[in-house]
Amino acid sequence: MAVITMREAISQALWEEMERDEKVFIQGEEVGVWGGTYAVTKGFLDHFGAERVRDTPIAEAAIVGSAIGAAMGGMRPVAELMTINFAFAAMDHIVNEAAKMHYMFGGQFRLPMVIRTPGGGGRQLAATHSQTPDAIFAHFPGLKVVAPGTPADAKGLLKEAIRIDDPVLFIENATVYQQKGEVPDGDFTVPIGKSKVQREGQHVTVVAYSKMVPYSMQAADILAKEGIEIEIVDLRSLRPLDMDPVVASFKKTNRAVIAEEGWRSFGVGSEVAARIYEEAFDYVDAPIQRVAQKEVPLPYNARLEQLALPQVEDIVKAVREVLR
Amino acid sequence: MANIVEMPKLGFDMAEGTLAKWVKSENEPIEKGEILAEIETDKATVEVESSYAGIVLKHLVDEGTAMPVGTPIAVVADEGEEVDLDAIVKEANAESEPPAEEEKAETSPEPAAKEVVENQSDSEFIKASPLAKRIAEDKGLNLSTIKGTGPGGRIVKRDVEKAAQSQSRSAISTTPKAQITPGVDEEIKISNLRKAIGSRLTESRQSVPHFYITSMYDVGEMLKTRKQLNEGLPKDERVSVNDFIIRAVALALRDFPNLNASLSGETLIRHGDINVGVAVAVDNGLLTVVVKNADQKPLTQISQEANAMINRVKAGKVKNEDIEGSTFTISNLGMFNVEDFVAIINPPEAAILAIGSAKEIPVVVNGKLDIGWRMRATISADHRITDGAEAAEFMQHLELFMEQPWRLFA
Repeated sequence: MAVITMREAISQALWEEMERDEKVFIQGEEVGVWGGTYAVTKGFLDHFGAERVRDTPIAEAAIVGSAIGAAMGGMRPVAELMTINFAFAAMDHIVNEAAKMHYMFGGQFRLPMVIRTPGGGGRQLAATHSQTPDAIFAHFPGLKVVAPGTPADAKGLLKEAIRIDDPVLFIENATVYQQKGEVPDGDFTVPIGKSKVQREGQHVTVVAYSKMVPYSMQAADILAKEGIEIEIVDLRSLRPLDMDPVVASFKKTNRAVIAEEGWRSFGVGSEVAARIYEEAFDYVDAPIQRVAQKEVPLPYNARLEQLALPQVEDIVKAVREVLR
Repeated sequence: MANIVEMPKLGFDMAEGTLAKWVKSENEPIEKGEILAEIETDKATVEVESSYAGIVLKHLVDEGTAMPVGTPIAVVADEGEEVDLDAIVKEANAESEPPAEEEKAETSPEPAAKEVVENQSDSEFIKASPLAKRIAEDKGLNLSTIKGTGPGGRIVKRDVEKAAQSQSRSAISTTPKAQITPGVDEEIKISNLRKAIGSRLTESRQSVPHFYITSMYDVGEMLKTRKQLNEGLPKDERVSVNDFIIRAVALALRDFPNLNASLSGETLIRHGDINVGVAVAVDNGLLTVVVKNADQKPLTQISQEANAMINRVKAGKVKNEDIEGSTFTISNLGMFNVEDFVAIINPPEAAILAIGSAKEIPVVVNGKLDIGWRMRATISADHRITDGAEAAEFMQHLELFMEQPWRLFA
């Protein structure tokens, strides 16, 4: 197993799938000549050519809309949006068309397409370019929403997303492209809709996804010194949401903390907590704690920004609180 | 035609019963076989079925009142029937018991011990986690007696588990666990069940010449067999160590008629059935549920029957046949980390077997030090019926079934 960065894992997944299937192509702002805003597609243009690595105008509705058309016509597009904040400009295409076409045309069309986009804050990009609106997209049936927390899952899930015939919103996190991790050698995929226990423990279940997975790992190391063993369940995809490992873990620990980078209200934590109360009420030994972003438009000021975003220390505190 | 329902005799030694609850109200229609009331005897709360169909015309006894067996407790009549209540009750009383009973009912109502406890706790909301509530219910613990250490005094899992532990340590308590209020003595009326346990076991301990023999069994194979057996079974059908012991004891008893016996005056009765009683801890004491003909039943059936009875005991819904007719009793405290202990014979039986915990200990096997699973068991036997040599032979014979569990499946 090689140790590579999240960026390399995603890049490898795209490269391997484009080599494997010539129907796979990528398009987006600066994916070609510039090599991707976060350098994920560096070298792709030279290798695959401009037909399959397509620089587009700054027009998100067109990027997603044309990808939908290509997918209906039999191609397997991977559309990149520079940040998830720009997905709002393509909202109608994403939630009203991509998510619904297979259903509304009575199954006549499949949409084998992926929309790749990074979200999250922490890079001083200010309130409009730093959001984590994952829960909004996960609200819509018909759209798969994937958000990996480790390089191995990023590679395996992206390859799976490209191969399946449903539209997938693949959410990356702008601040963890440099995060390293072990990735299996050779060709592999990870099924979408399966949560995974990333670290075993017996005292508290910590449910996380995306950036909150490495954060929870750091929290686990701190808590381990106090004799507290947390079990980290990585959701990996928000829709479909696989609660089985979460519920199984909760039945063991009876206490849970849910960590997400987005806002608390109507968030992923709300959904997961509600499901735990529904499916494991008789196992609840303490009110479930949610760790999330403060309910403000994210400040530009670097210190205020960090104060508003959930930190490793917040997870540590929440675990201690839930154990009171 | 109007019919009188009497206080039923629910056990051979039942003298009186307390009307715990009317299930059918006055003027409510009732079918034959429907539950009319719940009666608390000195052993358990039992549901009483109506032998008649019609309308429950009149309750003759208030809830919480103790009445001798045979006393009229209700009148069931046809719908619209005109009934002279006074006359019919008087007639019934004259037939059954001395006439003074009616008076007694009015003057000495005896509230059930259970109610007293409930009244103490129902007055205020108890803050407890759903998990703590569920565990408390499973273990039969009263939440109002447990101190919460969670935020705001919430009772959480650790509190209930601690309470369960301290309850099991003090073995059988006279009343549900209560917190001690410094400087204040509390007076609690002893329940019917506790009174019954007290009188029976005092009699046994004082009149039966007990002797005791302890043996140690290698239960490694039994534990292994149980694990393998349970791997294929759904959770609620899993077989316990206790089920293995019930079957082992039953098979061993086949060759020891003197230990499957009881003394009646100067006559020894060697029983034709091997009915193994199992002591079960309940809120106010203990009850013995009985696996009938345990030597003739497969392990899984023993397990299912024992489980069903234990669940009924814990829910306070025990049937009379669950607790009657045992010919030999097992008392197992293995779940409480016990080395060994001695039990008092359950009269009129000849012996009782007390089971300690299975423990991994250093053992010598073929001259070498090894680690093995061992369990101690102590038989208490009645010297009027049997002697040390016979009881020791039984304990040795039992070894076959404890240590070679495949014999239980033969």
